[in-house]
Amino acid sequence: MTQIEDIKEIRNLMERSTRFLSLSGFSGIFAGIFALIGAFFAWWYINQIDSIISLNIWGTGLISNPVFILILDGLLVFVFALSGGIYFSMRKAKKQGVSFWTKPSKLLLINFLIPIISGGFFCLFLIIYGFYIMIVPASLMFYGLALVNASKYTFNATLYFGICEIILGILSGIFVGYGIWFWALGFGVLHIVYGTVIYFIKDNGTAIKQIE
Amino acid sequence: MELQLNKLNKTFENRIRLGVMSILMVNDWVDFNSLKDLLKITDGNLASHIKALEAETYIEINKQFINKKPNTSYRATLLGRKAFNEHLNILEKIIKQK
Repeated sequence: MTQIEDIKEIRNLMERSTRFLSLSGFSGIFAGIFALIGAFFAWWYINQIDSIISLNIWGTGLISNPVFILILDGLLVFVFALSGGIYFSMRKAKKQGVSFWTKPSKLLLINFLIPIISGGFFCLFLIIYGFYIMIVPASLMFYGLALVNASKYTFNATLYFGICEIILGILSGIFVGYGIWFWALGFGVLHIVYGTVIYFIKDNGTAIKQIE
Repeated sequence: MELQLNKLNKTFENRIRLGVMSILMVNDWVDFNSLKDLLKITDGNLASHIKALEAETYIEINKQFINKKPNTSYRATLLGRKAFNEHLNILEKIIKQK
């Protein structure tokens, strides 16, 4: 049935030329694990805060500031997760024999980063003006928006992942005080679920077929 | 059945030409290297198929210089889009008949 193969080929190329399909499932799992470690550290730190400040183990004023420590924790998780995501995706692209830096991957990154950077500034303002309880809802919602926005340029599952993050963000705004649990659920558990889904859908390479 | 097969556009019988058109249907301008990369073929092979599509005026060409290097981009023409859609419709009919 050459006609069916023609159709498959057409679909494959239309998809590959508009979507970045080398996004690795590992990167989701990796990001989730880092987020859980980060959340665990934050939880531990908040519980220990009084004794740490009295011990003043890091010496200088800035570094013993609890807000600064928690921001640093969050930033480290973000940087590790993003670089892990890029690393595993580059590896997957290499394995698939396709280029990593293409038009779809650029569009994916730009469309992801615009809401992320806006959200980052917004969270920074929340910190500066002391609205700490809104940081978790805002970060989950902006992250969800970034995923929804980027989903056009990669797997469809990303759209549902983003919607789940937005819903969690809304819930965390209603149930304030459980921020760290929502944060761990949204950035930790959901990432691992999403990564596993992606891994089983496409990591076996069925989406990519050589053209001879 | 035979009649439908005869209606299939001869230009798209070749997988590479079919591939080039598929990419250009869902993108605006696409440069030569991106096409080569997506189709995983050699320069010469791609160039000859592009010439065939150009001869049918199914695609248009834009040559420019980016950082003093020549860069050639391609876009599907209206005629090309129409021909490709017709080709898809016939493919669909053939598959339904089987």
